[in-house]
Amino acid sequence: METLLKKVFTKPKSLTETPFTYCPGCHHGIVHRLIAEAMDDLEITEDTIGIAPVGCSVFAYLFFNCDMIVAAHGRAPAVATGIKRVKPDNIVFTYQGDGDLASIGTAEIVHTANRGEKITVIFVNNAIYGMTGGQMAPTTLEGQMTQTSPYGRDSKTMGQPIRICELLSTLNSPAYIARVALTRPAYIVKAKKAIKKAFQFQLDGKGFSLIEVLSTCPTNWGLSPHEANEWLEKKMIPYYPLGEFKSWEEGC
Amino acid sequence: MVERLLMKGNEAIGEAAIHAGCRYYFGYPITPQSELTAYMAKRLLKMEGAAFIQAESEIAAINMVYGASAAGGRVMTSSSGPGISLKQEGISYLACAELPCVIVNIMRGGPGLGSIQPAQGDYFQATKGGGHGDYHLIVLAPSSVQELVDLTIKAFHLADKYRNPAMILGDGLLGQMMEPVQFKEFDKKSIPSKEDWVLGSCRGREPRKIVPFNLDPDELERLVNKIGQKYQEMKKEVEYEAINMDNPDIVIIAYGTVARVVKTTIQKAKKEGINMGLIRPITLYPFPYEVIREAAKQVEQILVVEMSLGQMLEDVKLAVEGQTRVSFYGRTGGVVISPVEVWEHVKRLLN
Repeated sequence: METLLKKVFTKPKSLTETPFTYCPGCHHGIVHRLIAEAMDDLEITEDTIGIAPVGCSVFAYLFFNCDMIVAAHGRAPAVATGIKRVKPDNIVFTYQGDGDLASIGTAEIVHTANRGEKITVIFVNNAIYGMTGGQMAPTTLEGQMTQTSPYGRDSKTMGQPIRICELLSTLNSPAYIARVALTRPAYIVKAKKAIKKAFQFQLDGKGFSLIEVLSTCPTNWGLSPHEANEWLEKKMIPYYPLGEFKSWEEGC
Repeated sequence: MVERLLMKGNEAIGEAAIHAGCRYYFGYPITPQSELTAYMAKRLLKMEGAAFIQAESEIAAINMVYGASAAGGRVMTSSSGPGISLKQEGISYLACAELPCVIVNIMRGGPGLGSIQPAQGDYFQATKGGGHGDYHLIVLAPSSVQELVDLTIKAFHLADKYRNPAMILGDGLLGQMMEPVQFKEFDKKSIPSKEDWVLGSCRGREPRKIVPFNLDPDELERLVNKIGQKYQEMKKEVEYEAINMDNPDIVIIAYGTVARVVKTTIQKAKKEGINMGLIRPITLYPFPYEVIREAAKQVEQILVVEMSLGQMLEDVKLAVEGQTRVSFYGRTGGVVISPVEVWEHVKRLLN
């Protein structure tokens, strides 16, 4: 008998049944879901190898339904390079936070991008160190208070927040670089599109792709999930503009 | 007949690795091993399905090794003291994740930037773990260019057998010297299948996870104990060379370049009517404690000679357990010990 009921929303196949370990209002869960949806859409789940970082998302290996490996802090792009060079037919992605990618792993991300390694990097920028309890990140905003910038980030001694998409876009090699946010449904739709495009670029052998996702950390920001979304829109987006910084079609 | 080739030590290691099926190399130039990195570039960049990367740092190189090994590649990196120090974090991860690889250390004078001359000051770092946590590397110490070849091939075999990183511990003299070498036919079937654990496509099987941590103390303890069990099993791989051990007046214990020097001294001593024995550990980890312990029961003097302040000396003392007198002679800073120096020291001890 034909049913009138149609399933319009379900958990992506690329996610496991393990419940997320993230705090309420944290965006990691949304980012995971969007990656999983992209993997489902492109039918690459079984051929994907993911690299989890050190940080709150060290447990990402539990959540994706594909082969996964945990890398040392900041080294995920180097590990991804090693994997991709041995298994060029697999889809390889790293999942990295701002301390991992923009501080301790700066050399690895710059050189992996510059070599044009055919991998996809999902860079979660929440302007703070989450797992260690709220210390300053390289992407912490000027004046932002953290455990290690208790009087606010002072650009005179602590430097200014690093804009990774802009920095990497000065290189000729990367194929696709974009920054997205998740605070509104429209943003989420765009973020999904960007993540899918990044994986598609890898499938097409176009080269290195990186998606920076502006994310919240209500716990360490000391805000409610709702306030955190507002803070992200009001403070982060003006400094970290959304959009595509580099795309193969534009002939890079 | 197997052809004899005249090769430089560093290049011989590279050719041996390729001979043993190594198709992935990630490294960073550093004297006195740079010829090896260059050799791998020359060979692997022209080879189908192979990869050579001059990494941005030693740290990146060892993490590329970690990824390549997880994906099932026969993989190698090489460096010298300061670069090996940088690799230690990654080496600890490789040991924890039980990923096989070969790491070559062509030692130079240290500490710090030290010098670029031969030394043996990285013995502790190589044999006692080197990085953080409870682990050991398999450590092989060649003393000729032929042994650089044979032990490099063996290192790949042992690394795969125990799923543990293996290190070739040479020095600048071995890396830079030229000697004739032979490459025996390599049996490709000796490379074990890794299909039951490597990362790849999970079609038709459960997804695999390589996870070098566990926040549950009991579970992490189980993993550490499992790795510890391998070190017990490795003891059967002990290898050493014993020379002139029939009733010697004194036994010298030395490895690598220094053992070659001592062999020359033995000839000199014979002419002077002194019978010098030599035990040369070939595996530094596992260390040949037993053979040294047995020797200690029969000789009055053991002399450890190293190009260091006395590092292997500690393992020799552990082996001897106070059964005989153990003394030490060493030079550091990149000074290569001469046969005459050893002879003078032996004469002083015997008088």
